[in-house]
Amino acid sequence: MNRKYRISSGVLVVFILIISLLSGCKGGKKPAEENVTVTVAPNAEVLQDIKQAEKIFNALPSPLESAMLIKSAGARFDEHLLNPVSNQNNYVTSKAMALNLGIYTCDLSFASLYEQTQLLIDYMNAAKKMADGLGILKAIQQEDIDKLEANINNTEVIMDVVSQTFMNSNSELEDMGRTAVASTVLVGGWIEGLYISTQLVDMNDFNGNKLVGRIIDQKLSIDILLNLLKGSKGDPSVDELIVQVSKLKAVFDKFKITSGPVRPEYDKTSNTTVLKSEVKTDMTPEIFKELSSVVAEIRNSFIM
Amino acid sequence: MRLLKIIPILAFFVFAYSGSANAQCKAFAKKECLPELGPFQHDGNYHAAVLVEGEEAELYKTFYSNMEYRVAIVGEDKLPAIEFKILDSEKNVLYTNKDKDFAKTWDFKLQSSQQLKLVVKVSSFNKPGDTPASGCVAIMFGFKIKK
Repeated sequence: MNRKYRISSGVLVVFILIISLLSGCKGGKKPAEENVTVTVAPNAEVLQDIKQAEKIFNALPSPLESAMLIKSAGARFDEHLLNPVSNQNNYVTSKAMALNLGIYTCDLSFASLYEQTQLLIDYMNAAKKMADGLGILKAIQQEDIDKLEANINNTEVIMDVVSQTFMNSNSELEDMGRTAVASTVLVGGWIEGLYISTQLVDMNDFNGNKLVGRIIDQKLSIDILLNLLKGSKGDPSVDELIVQVSKLKAVFDKFKITSGPVRPEYDKTSNTTVLKSEVKTDMTPEIFKELSSVVAEIRNSFIM
Repeated sequence: MRLLKIIPILAFFVFAYSGSANAQCKAFAKKECLPELGPFQHDGNYHAAVLVEGEEAELYKTFYSNMEYRVAIVGEDKLPAIEFKILDSEKNVLYTNKDKDFAKTWDFKLQSSQQLKLVVKVSSFNKPGDTPASGCVAIMFGFKIKK
């Protein structure tokens, strides 16, 4: 009996070691659940592809890209739309810290692109507090903040620090297997970008407004964002987010985006391929107002 | 009882090894893939995984109109060439690096925002009997900052 016990312990040791070696390869069967980020698949065929493939990366726009999309649409900077850094002490639960890590990173990116130097440092400190609270101490370090301060007028360095800290937060959470938290950070950043954009739209200048166009584009992301969250279904804080994002999806579902064929054209001089296509949408000011209202309601619940 | 002592120790090693492999892949992505973005600003997203010869991975992402993008896809030296192609939502191939001597990067911009699919495949050394090579493959995106 004793001998049998020793043998089975040995087998167990070998078995677990093999499993551990395989699990280190991060290319498991459910990579979609391992990634913080999410994709955009507007049609059923693409969604089917996602279910069938074994190694999937899903990519939502990062907070830095969201901020860039707002700026490139010609929007102005409005500090009052950001989540005040004075709120940072209110966030004590893991969910609140994760959501506001995403939110502060988006605000930080927004401040960076508009060269709001003091705000930039304040928001980096707020994001660090959230990251530290989540136990991802290496994500944003004091030396990153020192580097920002030393290069406060150097946009290139600032952007690099911002993108690197976001990458560190993502990957640290992935390394720790904290998928639900990683998804929550992403939701926070994405909602904040959508909130800022919707608040900046002047309804007297609705038709042909570039910022409205950017907001319409976010319809492409909503299904996959939901799928990402569903990967952590059962986690009470994620279940709450699923309810909120589903409400938002119901509004996005009220309008359509129709795209023509995509034609690649290579531009030799710039060594760049231009993907040409035309899209149409039936978004109305009424749907837009409803969308803005639902986004504001969700975002305000995050920053309370 | 002895078993009860072993399990936590093994669990620690499982967790530590898994984290270490991920960390190595992250270090590779930062060192080898990030520089390939050149003048394009890295968006901050991180996608990397260990792939085996012949294995495929897919990535879905929305790209926005009037933005200039670069995608960089880099595999560890021990891997054979990394092939990638870009498809639209109707599965039409818009680009493949196979026609460009397995180039690691592709620069593009869009007239209208589109959701695109990237298919990354590790080609094969075609040496039957050998253990298939495996290594980290990283995918990163950059965009041009507009002043």
